Order: sequence, then C-alpha cells, then structure tokens
Amino acid sequence: MSDTIRLGDIAHARSGDKGNHANIGVIAYTDAGYEFLSRELTADRVADYFAALQPTNVVRYELPGIRAFNFLLYDALAGGASRSLRTDSQGKTLGPAILQMELAGGMTNDESRMSNQ
Amino acid sequence: MPIIRIGNAAGFWGDALGAPRRLVEAAGGSRSASARPDLDAPSRSIGSIPSAEVRTCRPDLLPGLDYLTLEYLAELTMSILAHLKSRDAEAGFVTDFPTVVRDLLSSTTALEGRPARIVTNAGGMNPDACCRAVSRILSEHGLADCTVAAVSGDDLLPTFDDLLAAGEEFRNLETGEPLGELRQRMVCANAYLGAAGIVDALRAGAEIVVTGRVADASLTVGPAIHEFGWEFNDWDRLAAASVAGHLIECGAQVTGGMYSDWTPAIPLDDVGYPIAEMAESGETVITKPPGTGGAVTVGTVSEQLVYEIGDPAHYLTPDVDADFTHVTLADDGPDRVRVAGATGNPAPERYKVSLAYRDGYMVSGTLVVAGPNAVEKARACGEIIRRRAQRAGCEPQRMNVELLGAGVVVPGTAPWRTLPASEPKLAASATLGDTPEIVLRVAAHDPSKEKLERFNREFAPLVTSGPPGVTGYTGPRQKPYPVLAYWPTTIARDRVSPRVVVKTAKEWTA
Repeated sequence: MSDTIRLGDIAHARSGDKGNHANIGVIAYTDAGYEFLSRELTADRVADYFAALQPTNVVRYELPGIRAFNFLLYDALAGGASRSLRTDSQGKTLGPAILQMELAGGMTNDESRMSNQ
Repeated sequence: MPIIRIGNAAGFWGDALGAPRRLVEAAGGSRSASARPDLDAPSRSIGSIPSAEVRTCRPDLLPGLDYLTLEYLAELTMSILAHLKSRDAEAGFVTDFPTVVRDLLSSTTALEGRPARIVTNAGGMNPDACCRAVSRILSEHGLADCTVAAVSGDDLLPTFDDLLAAGEEFRNLETGEPLGELRQRMVCANAYLGAAGIVDALRAGAEIVVTGRVADASLTVGPAIHEFGWEFNDWDRLAAASVAGHLIECGAQVTGGMYSDWTPAIPLDDVGYPIAEMAESGETVITKPPGTGGAVTVGTVSEQLVYEIGDPAHYLTPDVDADFTHVTLADDGPDRVRVAGATGNPAPERYKVSLAYRDGYMVSGTLVVAGPNAVEKARACGEIIRRRAQRAGCEPQRMNVELLGAGVVVPGTAPWRTLPASEPKLAASATLGDTPEIVLRVAAHDPSKEKLERFNREFAPLVTSGPPGVTGYTGPRQKPYPVLAYWPTTIARDRVSPRVVVKTAKEWTA
C-alpha cells in the first residue's frame, strides 16, 4: 500500500474538443480500479487539477460497460479550435496530462493494473 | 448470417494520402457481388477479389471491403471550404479525395482497376464540383460508366433569409444567444444530415457517394441500412451502427494512434486503418487488415469510444439518440474487438447546424531561446514583443505567450511537480533553471489584418536586439489568416431536404 497512486498506473485516457469544451475519457484497467476512481476521481477533483485552464464547469459521466468516466470541461479551450491562441487548441494533450494526477492511496498496483491490453 | 465490411481510411482533411489504397489492398480488395452470394447484391459489381493470398484473420469471412468510407470534415473544415468556394465557384470540396481516387485506380494488385464502393463527405461545400472532379479521373481511366452520386441539401446559405423569415433564429446551442448581427459575418451554415441521402444514393446504384455535411457516423450507418434493409426507426440497430461509425471515423485513432499505452512494440509507420465488420443485428467487430501496423485491442477501442463525446447516454446524431453507457467490448482474437450493447432512442427533432462567422485574423510566430536561463530569457522576449508592439501601435486585441518546454501546454499539470494553479508559470520556471532551450511561441488575434502584419515584424529583430541565445527564426513570416469562429445551432428537420443526384461519370463531365 503506497500513500499515493498515479492515475496512469490504474487507468488510461483520451481527450479532445467539442467546440470550446474539452472532454477527457478515463478508462480503468480493472473493476477494482473503476470502483476506486468512482470515489476518488470526482468532477471537483478534475476541476481542481485543471484549474489553470479555467473551466466554467466540469461534469462527470459514467460508462460502466467499459469501466470509464467521461469528463466534460466546459469552456476550457480558450476559444476552441477556431479562436484559441494556445498550441493545444483542441485539448489533445489533456488525456496524457490527467494520467499524471496523484491520487490518495487505497489500492495497490497489483489490484489495479491487470489485463492492460 | 451475412457480414458487411466497412473500412475507413481518412479521419480528417489532410490525413495520410496513401491510407485508402493501403487499406483496400491489405484488406484484400473489394468484395464483388459474386463473391457475396449471401447478400442481396447491388445491381453492379464494383470490385473484385483477385488476390487469394490476402486473408482476413477469420477463415469463414471472405477478404475484402464492401465499402470504403473517407471522413474529412471537422467542425472548422466547412468554413475553410466555404472560404475557398467564395474565391472559386468550382472549389469548396476536399481536394484530397480526387487524389485518393486516382491512387486507388492506379492500384493493380487487388483492384483490377476498380475501387470498392466509396462513401465520403469530401463534397464539403460543393459536392457537385467534387463529383465532376472525380468523374474526370474515372473517365480518364475508362470508367465513364461508373455511377457517382452527390448528396447535398445541407447548405443553408442559399435560403438563409427565408429560414430566418420562417422563424428559425439560429440561437447558439450552448449560450442561447440569437445570431443577431453575426448574420452579416456568416461564411457558412450547414445542417448535419443523416444517412437517408446516402441510402437513397446506394439504392439508385451509386458506386461512389459524395456528400456535403453529414454526421460522421452516418457514413457507416448509410451502407448498413442499405445492405440490411433496416427501418429508419430501428433505433437499437441504428445506434449500434452509429457506434461502429464513431469508432472508425477517426481512422488510425482506433488502431493504435494516440493510444495511451503505446510502446514501440506497436509499430505505427504502416499503421492499419480500421474495418468494421457488421452483422445484421448491428453487432460489430472492429479490426484492421492483416500485415499492417498498429493494434486493435479493448484498450485502443475503448479510448476511441470516449473520444469527443459528451453525455454518453445521449450520443446525438441525425439518425438516432444513441446510448453508449452499456456498450461492452470483448477480445475476439488478434486485432479483433467485438462491440455490443448499444441501444437507441428516437433521433433528435432538430438537425444540428454547423455555422461559422468571420472573426478577425490570427497570426503566430516562434523563436528558440537557448543557453543558461533560457526560460527567463524567453519570458523576457515575450514581454519585449508586447512592449514594442505597444510602442508601434500594433498591440493585438488578444495575445498569448507560451514557453514551450516549460510545461505550459497543459499548465499546472507538468509531472515533475504539482504546481499551484494560481501561479503555474512562476512555479514552472522555478524548476526549469537548467532547461537548455525553450521555444517561445506568441500567438495573436485582432480584427485588423494590417495590425497583425505589423505586429508580426517584431519576432525577427529579437535575434539581434534581444537577450543572448535567440535563434530559430527562419523562413518567411507567417501571414495573418482569417479566423472563422464556430457557432453551434440547430434547425427544424422539416425545413431541410436532402438532395440526391446520381449520374454516370460521363454525365457528370458532360
């Protein structure tokens, strides 16, 4: 049992844009990881993590069939693909970024990282 | 039970030009009618399956593709095409497509000179002109009798004032604001059409279907409805086909591209583009041609399932309101993943509309800043540009300075340190004292093109009149380019009618 766990140790992710909103899908490798994330990876936690992007709202949706959460970060792209002055105007790098998040411990890597395809 | 194979070899305008030919050849060519006795064959055979050496992973399935789809239109692409059409009435379609058709026709290994049936949204703002361009190429290759269909009716510009008069307000889907004075700056307004026009075209015998703005997934849903004879209110099946379309519409993003768990053990230089093998029930296996790079795993497919979606219980297309929440993915052998569990509800009552308006100009420039204190010097360079622009009277309305290499792409999340969100840049610099070089990127937005042209002159002088170690400014200055801002809105379905024209290549070029 470690004190913290990196999200990328127990899940993988993909992100993209919907107009000026970003979405990040986070997929747990295991059922135990999905349960853990349903407690720990809340919309508020994600909003805090990406506070520098200044999202106006963060909503979490669930896809239990594939052990995934979809986070919608409203107005997080500084204008979106057409108007953003950022290099990553389409939010492509938010997926890799969220996987660096440290989460409070509570599960071992053995429990969480299995069946990684 | 018959299974149809739909391959997609383009995910955006500018995707790999060689991918369509590679996909069709590696998949074993086209499946001709005679090779598919279990299906109600279309009136004409488009391809053939000469290559016995190419096999799918499953011996009970014939090799080859029934349909090749090519998806080219991102949210912004239509506005760029509208801009091009405004300069040239015969432009405004995706010019990659004629190039792809020429490449497919020059393939002799698997095609015998004839491509699989193709369904593409390459028509963009000008499907008719796209059909003419493709038809010229077909005719040059002795295929003047090939039937080519244009599916249009999505373009709302010609009747826009009538639509306004009829009570359509085109309010912003997210903010609720009315279109108002933006009407004067509008460059395009296109309804996202569904599969119906594609189905009509295929029923009329079209071998190549060229659409304007249709929903990406509809490129897959159309062939499925045509082949299986589904009703347009068979919501669960339409949802299943929409999931399949969603999974393959971005090309190699489902076959190993962008994959979080990518390693060099997944070679991407010859990445295989995806194939959806669909049964009459709508159940689908996502796979890729044998012998190609990349990978199709539960991991790669699940990442694409969540790509650019909102509420997974309501994935809205013009064809169906699809529920992804209970979709399941299962390993079905090497590079094969079985997709099941989608359900559907009646399609939305209004079509989504992609509308764009002119919103000034943007420009960006980069410099490399190297040596000791690179971060500090690069930040100073950004500030120098801002102040010099102020003095010259060309400070842009919006300006963004990025120090690429200092953890700014997703500020506050750089892995080596948890940065306080309040001061991400300051904190980042504190850990980057020994960073050997930084790319300074400055981007600007302003209503005035002339102002940005003047602003843009402030990059090069930093090489000689800035801090030491500034380089990397080469080539011509970028020209300010027009910003075409996006306005998502909707329109009542009954105000839009798809138009389908099916002609031979000879007739298109007459």
